[in-house]
Amino acid sequence: MTTAKKTNHFPLPNSDNPKSNGMHPLKTLTQRITEAYGPSGYEQVVRDLIRDEIKGFADEVRVDALGNLIARKKGSGPTPRKKVMLAAHMDEIGVIITHLDEKGFARFAPIGGVFPLTLYGQRCRFANGVVGVFGREAKDATATEVTLNKLFIDVGATSKDDARVGVGDPAGFWRDFSDLGNRIVSKAMDDRIGCVVLIEVLKQLKKSPHDVYFVFTVQEEVGLRGATTSAYGVQPDLALAVDVTLTGDTPEANTMAVQLGKGPAIKVKDAGMLAHPAVKNLLAETAREAKIPYQFEVLTGGTTDAMAMQTTREGVPAGCLSVPTRYVHTPSEMIDFGDLQNAIKLLVAVLGKPIKLD
Amino acid sequence: MLLEKLSNARGISGNEAEVREILIDAVKDHVDEYRVDTLGNLIARKKAKGARARKSIKVMLAAHMDEVGLMIVHHDSNGHLRFEPVGGIDARVLLSKTVLIGKDKITGVIGVKPIHLLKQSERQQVMELDTLTIDIGAKTKEEAAGLVKIGDYATFATEFSAVGSDCVKGKALDDRVGCAALVEILKRDYPFDVYGVFTAQEEVGSRGARVAAYAIEPTYAFGLEGTVCDDSPKKKDVSPVTRIGGGPAISFADNSLMADRRLVNLLVETAKENKIPYQFRQLTAGGTDAGRIMLVKEGVPSVSVAVPTRYIHSPVSLLSKRDLDYLVALMTKALPKLAKGLPDL
Repeated sequence: MTTAKKTNHFPLPNSDNPKSNGMHPLKTLTQRITEAYGPSGYEQVVRDLIRDEIKGFADEVRVDALGNLIARKKGSGPTPRKKVMLAAHMDEIGVIITHLDEKGFARFAPIGGVFPLTLYGQRCRFANGVVGVFGREAKDATATEVTLNKLFIDVGATSKDDARVGVGDPAGFWRDFSDLGNRIVSKAMDDRIGCVVLIEVLKQLKKSPHDVYFVFTVQEEVGLRGATTSAYGVQPDLALAVDVTLTGDTPEANTMAVQLGKGPAIKVKDAGMLAHPAVKNLLAETAREAKIPYQFEVLTGGTTDAMAMQTTREGVPAGCLSVPTRYVHTPSEMIDFGDLQNAIKLLVAVLGKPIKLD
Repeated sequence: MLLEKLSNARGISGNEAEVREILIDAVKDHVDEYRVDTLGNLIARKKAKGARARKSIKVMLAAHMDEVGLMIVHHDSNGHLRFEPVGGIDARVLLSKTVLIGKDKITGVIGVKPIHLLKQSERQQVMELDTLTIDIGAKTKEEAAGLVKIGDYATFATEFSAVGSDCVKGKALDDRVGCAALVEILKRDYPFDVYGVFTAQEEVGSRGARVAAYAIEPTYAFGLEGTVCDDSPKKKDVSPVTRIGGGPAISFADNSLMADRRLVNLLVETAKENKIPYQFRQLTAGGTDAGRIMLVKEGVPSVSVAVPTRYIHSPVSLLSKRDLDYLVALMTKALPKLAKGLPDL
C-alpha cells in the first residue's frame, strides 16, 4: 500500500525534464508511452513504464493473472462507496512470426486488426530491439494487391542462422512520435493515449467520493480479453473505457460526425456496445457544466473494453470516452492535443463529484 | 490400445457419453475423485502428493471428447436425409462417405452422382453442403422416419488401424489423441492438485471447457490437442503448420489465445533439457479450449500443446504414435516444475 502524494504533474515546459526539448510535458509522456513496445500479450514494457509513472498516486497497485495493471484510488465518501472502473488498453496491434525461411525472411500472422495496405515498406520492431521491414512478393501481383500471405518481414538477415528472431516472436509497428503542434502523431495512439489519460486523471484527481480503479488492460486488440477478466475481478458499479475512435474529417472520408479538435467524443454506440444512456448523459452534462467541448460518437465498426465490462457478471452500466484519432491501426495515428487535455479534464470533473445514475 | 477405442467411439459435440464411459474406466483407478458436470464434462481430480506439495496451485489439463460430425434435420420425400454439420466441416470431405446414424448405428451413404452423369461444368464445382443427402436405403419419408429421427447424430464410419510402422489412422483423432495423452499424464503424481478435464462441446465453441474452468478456478491451464498438420512438400519456402514426427506442437497464439509466454518457455526449456523433440504450431488460425479457459473469472495463464494430426475435421485423420509419446513425456516432465510457480509478470 502506498499513499498519494501531491506533485506538480504539469510542470512548465523544460522545467524538470532535460529531454523534453521544450515540448509540453504531456506530449513528452505521450511520446514515452506510445513509443514503447507492446503488442497484445506482450505488454510488459508498457506496464513497467506506467507502474513507474503512477508510483505514489494510488492506494494499491496490483497485476492480475493475465497482466492487467490495476491501480485503486480509495474514495473519500461514506461507505459503501461506488466502485468506478476506468479501462485503457496497453496493447497495440502487431504481427507474430509463423515461419522463418532459409534466407532469414519471416512470414507472419497478424495480432489484432492489421490492414495489409498499411504494411509495405513500413518497419516493425521486436522485443529484443531487432527492426524489420515489411516486403512484398511482387511477382504475379499488381501494384495495389497486397495480402498478408504475400508479405514478409526482412530483418536484414543473411540467412536463417543470423536472423536474431524466430517463430513465435511478436513485433509492433516501429515509428517514432512527432509533435505537429496542435496535432500529435505516433504509432499505438490506440490505446496508449487512453493510458496517458488514465495516468493524468489519477495524478490530478485530488479527491473522489468513489473508489476509482484505473485499469490498464491487456489483449484488447485480440478480443477485449484483459477487460473481461479484470472487470470480473473489480466488480465495478460503473465502467468507462477510454479509447480512440475514428473520425470523418479527412478528404472523402466515410461519413462520421466526429472531428479532431472538437473535444473528446462521448460514445453513444459502436458495433459491440450501446452506452448506458445515464452514463452518456453523465459525461455530457459534466462537460457542459465545466464548459469542456465534447462531441457525440456513433461508431459503425469496432468496439472497446466497455463492451466486456458492460457484460461482466450481472451487468454494469458502461460507457466510453473516446479520443478522436485519424489513421487508426496504421503506424501513424494522429490526435488533437486539445482533445487529449479536454478528455483528462472531463474525467477529473466526472470522478470528483458524487455520481447518480438515473 | 486406448487410442483405438477412443477413436472408434462415437461422440459428436453434445453427445459425448460413449467416449466419457471409456475415459471413466481408463482414469478411475489413477485419480482421487471424478465427476460428470451439467454439460457432460468429465472432471478427474488428483490431489497434491509429496512432502513439498503446494496446495495453493491448481492445474487444469483439458482435452476434448467431442468430434465433428453431422446432425439429421429433415426426411426427404424419397427417403433421403438432410443434415447440418456439427463443428467445422468442409463439404468436400463428405462426398461418397459412409456414416453411422443414431443409437442404432443405421448405415447411411452420402451419395454423389456418378461421373457418367456429370456435366463438364459440374466437374469443376464443389458440391454445396445443402445439396448433399444421406441415403439409408429407405424408399419413402415414412420408412426413413421409422429408422432415423430428426436430431440424430451421424458419425463417420471409419475404423481405426495402424498405418506403416509408426502411424495410425482413424476418425476423431482431434481430440481423442489429447484424451489418450491426458489419461497417461494422470497416471503420475504431482506436487499440486491436477484437474484432468475431458471436455464436451469444444468443436462448437469450447463450451464445456468454459464451465469446467469456472468451477475449478485453475491457477494455470493446458489444452491438449490434435492439431493441423500440413507437411507435404510446398513450392515456396513458407510455413508448414506442423510436421509429423517432429514432437508436440506448442501454440504461441491462435484466434482465441495469446499463450502465456512463461508457460511456452516452460515447455520449450523442458523439451530442450530432456531432449524431447518439439515444434511450434506455425499458425494462428483456429481456437481451442485453452482460449476459453484463459478468460474465465479473473483470468488463467494458459497454453495449448498438440499432437500434429494430418487431415483433421474429415472422416479420417492420421498421426504418429511417437508424437503422442513425446507429448506425454513433455507434459509429465514440465508439470512438476510448476510447483515453484511462474515468474511475476
